Amino acid sequence: MLEIRKLTTPLIGPIDLMLEPGTCSAISGASGAGKSLFLRAIADLDDNSGQISLGGTVRSEMPAPDWRRKVAYIPAESGWWAERVADHFDQTTGLGTLLDAVGLADALSWEVSRLSTGERQRLALVRALQTDPKVLLLDEPTSALDPPSVERVEALLKERLASGSALLLVTHDPGQPKRFAARRYHMASGKLSPLDQPEKAS
Amino acid sequence: MTGYLPLTYWDLVAASVFLILNAVFSILLDLGLTRTLIVSALRMTVQLILVGLILKAIFFAGSLLWTMLAAIVMLGFAGREIWARQDRRLIGVWGPGLGAAAMLVAGTLVTLYALAGLIRPDPVWLPQYALPLFGMVLGNTMTGVSLGLDTLHTALAQGQRAVEAQLLLGRTRWEATRPFVRQALRSGFTPIINAMAATGVVSLPGMMTGQILSGVDPREAVKYQLLIMFLLGGATGLGVLGATFGSVWRLTDARHRLRLDRLTGGSR
Repeated sequence: MLEIRKLTTPLIGPIDLMLEPGTCSAISGASGAGKSLFLRAIADLDDNSGQISLGGTVRSEMPAPDWRRKVAYIPAESGWWAERVADHFDQTTGLGTLLDAVGLADALSWEVSRLSTGERQRLALVRALQTDPKVLLLDEPTSALDPPSVERVEALLKERLASGSALLLVTHDPGQPKRFAARRYHMASGKLSPLDQPEKAS
Repeated sequence: MTGYLPLTYWDLVAASVFLILNAVFSILLDLGLTRTLIVSALRMTVQLILVGLILKAIFFAGSLLWTMLAAIVMLGFAGREIWARQDRRLIGVWGPGLGAAAMLVAGTLVTLYALAGLIRPDPVWLPQYALPLFGMVLGNTMTGVSLGLDTLHTALAQGQRAVEAQLLLGRTRWEATRPFVRQALRSGFTPIINAMAATGVVSLPGMMTGQILSGVDPREAVKYQLLIMFLLGGATGLGVLGATFGSVWRLTDARHRLRLDRLTGGSR
């Protein structure tokens, strides 16, 4: 589905990686190893070279905004540009369901400055899911969440997996790759290497 | 009309009495301002006397070449001033170039329009009209452009996450930077809007005062001042728009990325 060949930036790579529909891949590694830079490069947010294609369509043949709607990168720290939460969302029909799924059904009327880190993290995920992306690049998606919220977010992500999306997960939570039956990779000084065979879902 | 009353150099020396008094106070009160005060007063005196001599020579020569040369030197100083007033600057030739180019286009367009279409001196480039007019247009555009660019660059550098969050949702570089562009335009436009609002109520503009002192009917002076204010407003607006959008274009790329690597680091 997502094919990455020789992805290189001045700081990382070259990296090859293949993501299949309905599967999850998880990347671990020390801070500063280049995990976030790798995700940024896939989303074409930093200057990079190499070839990436989604379902046969080469990235360079697609306008960058279209690419980012299909291959969504959700950074560890979310960005907000307006005062009210509602101004960061398109008023689509599925929005209520998504907000409900992460336990933030009333959040639209809130102000961004009063959100907790965990609330921001969940809202940023909802915001990205609104474009119905085929691939999700998740940078520590549950790092600021309490256990019940982690469960909700993981359930939502498993739903996306079941509907055929591919996930690429950067996580420090040792149990998370297992819960997604993820293929595991390790990143060190900008190079990616496979860790072992996919594990069975628990 | 009373006519123009000329000043002698002794009049100027007499006029500086109050400034010297200030210097004396500064020494008495130990304000530490004496040196700066005297240096800037002397600097201003030398600059203005030189400008007077140069303008006299250019007016006397009445040559298109010298008039254009003077205009280019003015543009160079204004461009440098824009560059110096920014905390974070575009790297490379864009740093001094963008502001100067925006002023050049906006200032030249408005000045030529006013000279050729409205004031109509003969010849059109007559330095007595062209240079003071170009100077006023440049001065105001310079203030607007430097404020606009400074605001934009600081806002983009501090708002990187907000811009990239929008880019990641599939917005274009123009959509993602819109809140920051609006902020930059607003701050670039503020001085000229304030000037228009205060003119005549709080302050009599320098040019109008000058014309009235030299014996021109106040109603005529007002007409000239209005003409100038409209031109200044127009030129400032065009300059600020051009510089701001030019800078957004430079600080993003065709793949809709934010390119802060094309901006120098700031101190605030």
